[in-house]
Amino acid sequence: MTGFSERSGRAVFVPETIKGNWVLDKRKAIVAEIPKLRRFARALVGDLSAADDLVQDCLERALGRLHLWRKDTCMRAWLFTILRNLHINQIRYSARRPTETLIDEHHELSEGTSPAQGQRMMIRDLGQALEKLPDQQREIILLVGLENMSYKETAEILSVPVGTIMSRLSRGRETLRILMDDGDQDDKPPLRRVK
Amino acid sequence: MNTSERKTDADLNAYVDDQLDGHKRMEMEAWLAVHPEDAKRVEVYRKQNEELHNLFDSVIDEPIPSGLSDLVMKPRASSRKPSLMRIAATLAVLVTGAGSGWGLHEVYDQRTNPRLNAPPTFVERAVGAHLVYASEIRHPVEVAANQEKHLVAWLSKRLGSPLHPPHLRSAGYNLVGGRLLEESGAPAAQFMYEDNAGKRVTVYLRTYTGQDTAFKFFHTENASTFYWMDAPFAYALTGDLPRQDLLNIAHTVYEDLAP
Repeated sequence: MTGFSERSGRAVFVPETIKGNWVLDKRKAIVAEIPKLRRFARALVGDLSAADDLVQDCLERALGRLHLWRKDTCMRAWLFTILRNLHINQIRYSARRPTETLIDEHHELSEGTSPAQGQRMMIRDLGQALEKLPDQQREIILLVGLENMSYKETAEILSVPVGTIMSRLSRGRETLRILMDDGDQDDKPPLRRVK
Repeated sequence: MNTSERKTDADLNAYVDDQLDGHKRMEMEAWLAVHPEDAKRVEVYRKQNEELHNLFDSVIDEPIPSGLSDLVMKPRASSRKPSLMRIAATLAVLVTGAGSGWGLHEVYDQRTNPRLNAPPTFVERAVGAHLVYASEIRHPVEVAANQEKHLVAWLSKRLGSPLHPPHLRSAGYNLVGGRLLEESGAPAAQFMYEDNAGKRVTVYLRTYTGQDTAFKFFHTENASTFYWMDAPFAYALTGDLPRQDLLNIAHTVYEDLAP
């Protein structure tokens, strides 16, 4: 057999105590992100306790995958990716809310698809208007507008190209603008296509 | 400066979100100065962002619910600690700690392994098989990578559990193929990989039914091995590589095999 003398061979075992310091730092980094995760979750799902449930699921998932977190990746973006994916899974497995189909994601937004005047008058609150958006637009508006993520970071979190982020963002914001308009701006310029 | 070039919605949004570089930003400001409807829209979009903060920023100031922070900081109270997680945590520590020359073998639990530095039998077998076959020029494997499907089916059948060769392309290694080996009368499998320079590493698997999961490093003059157990298999990654390089590959192997 090959020479496995005790002198040449070296077995290394890492004990819990040494492991602890490193993991502790990671845990602290995760806790530091909880406030922003809660904000994002609440904006995504609306309901306070459902939002914290989502954050809890996210934290559990993150702790279970701490080994997959790489030093060169942003802890925040990683956690947001997990939370967002959990949220999407929840949506997929539950009935879609009817409001989410108000505007089809692939439908070119034009004056013809803008909400009726009466409906427009009723929405004065951005929170309500947000709920009318398709999920794919709302999550981008939140990541960019609320969480101040760059387009690149947002694209990575959502696993879609930057161009898609930009077009969904444009459509989402424009829809919000129309939804919240008081209806006294009939001279609104027609929308342009996003390049 | 060209201020007459038509601005798209994407441009307007990028301006609102501060995603334009200095030159484009100035162009946009010049454009907005003479296009009041676009300036109005920029203002509306900015108000939307402000309103988002008005709506949701209060959450930031709330104290973190203790249930959430305890979940992270005191995981032992509730965690189930599956075996894979334990390996993973150890593996992650090794990734960050590798190269710092830890000599921690003295803390190895002597109750379970009184032979302090001796690796399990399967590791000796894995290293031996590596040394014999990795240097083989003409017949390094029994079944080549171009028959991967057959290789997987065959070795899975012989070892009695579904297995597949881990994908190490991200670590720069391509599958050469695999072979069936014998260890104490039981079947074992070896997958061989090669990088662009012809450097070879092997992944050795045998069935394992125990509870131990420890992730360990073993080094001889000609080869180094990271090995771990995770039922139904025990694994050994062997190569004549610096410890850190081998560890990076071990990480890839682990990630690929993780469910």
